[in-house]
Amino acid sequence: MSSTSNQVLGADGLNLWYGTHHVLKGITLGITRHRVTALIGPSGCGKSSFLRCFNRMNELIPESRVEGRIHFNGRDINDPEVDATEVRHRIGMVFQKPNPFPKSIFDNVAFGPRVNGYRGDLGELVETSLRRAALWDEVHDRLGQSALALSGGQQQRLCIARALAVEPEVLLMDEPCSALDPASTAKIEDLIGELKERYSIIIVTHNMQQAARVSDQTAFLLEGEIVEYGRTGGIFTRPEDPRTEDYITGRFG
Amino acid sequence: MSDEHQVTRRGFHADLGALQQDLLRMGTLVERTIHDAVKSLCEGDLALAERIRDEDDVVDWMELDIQNHCLTLLALQQPMAKDLRVIGTVLKAVTDLERMADHAVDIAKVVLRIQGEPLIKPLIDIPRMAEISRRMLRQALDAFVKEDVTAAETLSRMDDEVDHLFGQIFRELLVFMMEDPRTIKQATHLIFVGQHLERIADHATNLGEWVIYQVTGERKDLND
Repeated sequence: MSSTSNQVLGADGLNLWYGTHHVLKGITLGITRHRVTALIGPSGCGKSSFLRCFNRMNELIPESRVEGRIHFNGRDINDPEVDATEVRHRIGMVFQKPNPFPKSIFDNVAFGPRVNGYRGDLGELVETSLRRAALWDEVHDRLGQSALALSGGQQQRLCIARALAVEPEVLLMDEPCSALDPASTAKIEDLIGELKERYSIIIVTHNMQQAARVSDQTAFLLEGEIVEYGRTGGIFTRPEDPRTEDYITGRFG
Repeated sequence: MSDEHQVTRRGFHADLGALQQDLLRMGTLVERTIHDAVKSLCEGDLALAERIRDEDDVVDWMELDIQNHCLTLLALQQPMAKDLRVIGTVLKAVTDLERMADHAVDIAKVVLRIQGEPLIKPLIDIPRMAEISRRMLRQALDAFVKEDVTAAETLSRMDDEVDHLFGQIFRELLVFMMEDPRTIKQATHLIFVGQHLERIADHATNLGEWVIYQVTGERKDLND
């Protein structure tokens, strides 16, 4: 089925609990390949928790419990036979605050491939990853310097390069620009537009203008449920659900 | 929605309300201009026609002012959804209103060209056209305030009436011109008046289309 093969990731009747707190309530949603999907919603609506379901990050939280399926290229990632580490290679993640390792720029990008026992040309892989993250031109002559000496925006692009170095299919981005200034934000947003040629991207953002600018599809979450999911152009000009309307026009927040 | 969600952006929504009020004020002025223009024609009131011609700037300023307000809100507030459609509607509607006022001014200019000469016939259909066109504008503005899609859609039928009357006026004046070539100058001017009123009605219909867009997000052609 073409509709299925077009879907790289999907949630099917997904429920998530942290202890007794029911965080996600029966979410069903498909993520289209080579598209940017934005998850928006007020604080505490479950959008970051939902994002973390896609690479089994919630397993790391004690007392969390998942029901329902997350399928990645048709396979249930929560299947006991599936290796969580392998899932996290294929589905990379970029966090809100840039979190480079206290190592050189080169070693940050080379870290994942080395752990995986990469046998190819590591220098070439690092260069390709830095180029794809639009950072190469700024750092190519100081790859041996500490990553911590980079600016916040550069550090975030380094984290993106680090995620790309293990050749993922999907990038999960959790508020990737919230700690960055407008110029760095614009760079990351441009980069997202370029990256979707090769990767499928899911981005959680509090900034609705950013969701409108960078994404193709937008899902609005409220209290653990998907209220509306559709083409970004439609959601931001003609939302169908009054709750979406109220949220994106700032009538509640 | 749970209680912790507060209403926000009160200032912006108050601004949007003010914007809509400004559009209504402009619409009311345009409505009066249309009424006065046809009155000056029917009564041969040159002073009134002159005043209409000279006061056109007011409508132009209002248009600029409202457009600036819209652009400022777009830049500063980055509106979405309904708010975005309201601003889009106002931005387009002021252009229609300004054009309507231009047509009314053109009617006043016809009055000044005819310069009080006796009319070749008592005017019946032109005031009827004017009345329907003016009512269309009023109805479009009401529909805008009340977000009344049905009222906006009815404009299409009223526009048909105006078109029909214009056809009637055109044929009637053609007969006058054929029978007596001395009427050609004034009859041509009166045909222009009919044409201006017909265009005013078209712009009122456009306003109706924008009201429908504002409410539903869908573009509908009422001029078909």
